[in-house]
Amino acid sequence: MHNGGKIVIGLIGFLVLITFPIWYNVANDRAGYSPEIEKAVRGENCVRDSAWMRPFHMDLLNEWRDRVVRQGERFEVGADGVTYERSLSATCLSCHENKDKFCDRCHDYLGVDPYCWDCHVAPKELGR
Amino acid sequence: MSVERRKFLKLAGLTAIGVAGGLSAKALAQEAGLVDTAAATVGDTAETPSSPLRAKRWAMVIDVKKCREAGNCTECQKACHLVHNVPEFDNPKDEVKWIWREPFGNAFHDQEHEHLPEDVKHTMTPVLCNHCDNPPCVRVCPTQATWKREQDGIVMMDWHRCIGCRYCVAACPYGSRSFNWRDPRPHIKKIQADFPTRTRGVVEKCTFCEERLVRGQLPACVTACKAGAMKIGDLEDPDSEVRKLLAERFSVRRKPALGTQPEVYYVL
Ligand code: SF4
Ligand code: SF4
Repeated sequence: MHNGGKIVIGLIGFLVLITFPIWYNVANDRAGYSPEIEKAVRGENCVRDSAWMRPFHMDLLNEWRDRVVRQGERFEVGADGVTYERSLSATCLSCHENKDKFCDRCHDYLGVDPYCWDCHVAPKELGR
Repeated sequence: MSVERRKFLKLAGLTAIGVAGGLSAKALAQEAGLVDTAAATVGDTAETPSSPLRAKRWAMVIDVKKCREAGNCTECQKACHLVHNVPEFDNPKDEVKWIWREPFGNAFHDQEHEHLPEDVKHTMTPVLCNHCDNPPCVRVCPTQATWKREQDGIVMMDWHRCIGCRYCVAACPYGSRSFNWRDPRPHIKKIQADFPTRTRGVVEKCTFCEERLVRGQLPACVTACKAGAMKIGDLEDPDSEVRKLLAERFSVRRKPALGTQPEVYYVL
């Protein structure tokens, strides 16, 4: 093969380059890193089971949005039988009051950028 | 919770039939006794804790004479724009407004003539979305981001869904709709956490304070008006305050000839 050696060296170089973030984290002992999410600062129970919330909270929020805006149904029965307002700012953020240590930490880690906060307001960020 | 194979197959079969027949799987499952209907399930809609204000058809009556006597103040606008995070721009081209004042001749240009009493001519008339019974804005919206609520006639907005095409802005004959040409957030004086802001590229307007009515509160403008010039009530209820006012005093609506059936009435 003409220029075979050069191609192989080039390929190896390319592989090393694109896997660099992995090697870099392994070298820095951050291979198993996952962000630490702040626990709810108050409240006993979540509106749903927290194991379910972790992967599916976005579905719940979408459903809440449609229920509140389109159907005008603002309240619901939570997992503990208590009545909750279907509200990101008023309900979720009343227990997880630090958006930056709860929502953002995980979203940043995963590289997702939901646009909830373009409109909705985190009460604590207003300094209240 | 584990679903038994038999039950699963039953449910799957029923769902297939249901989809063909246009019925929901839940209703079918209830029929077949597969779902416990008695107990409240997690996520079911609960009753509103405070007693909500309800109407079959919300309508507003504005006593412009009272506005005049109160010196044509701006309390309604201040209150509304504060609670709804309405931005304030210096350039009038960027203006966003839910309720504002117009000179009588602008609000009722088809009623104006030069020999009107001076005080009427100079009355600043509060104007807002008329929550029309036949709303042209709703007809043109390609995404149903704006629609008329069946239960009470409020012309709603879903800002999640608005694509900013501005068809509604063009369709509304009253200028009730504002477009966010620029990011509104930095131009909101005092952000309220219990109400969302909007983003650039979204249309907004008055929603008859739907979020307050459901909590048993009157709209912000109605509460703020010290002269008691603004009344909201059920047009379908003959004993409501708005119906009584309309029965007692002569009232007008804006541009009635267009057939939009506006539901904001003015008594002069
Ligand atoms: S006043 Fe304008 S925005 Fe409001 S319902 Fe009528 S047409 Fe639509
Ligand atoms: S601007 Fe938004 S609300 Fe208006 S017609 Fe377009 S999508 Fe609908």
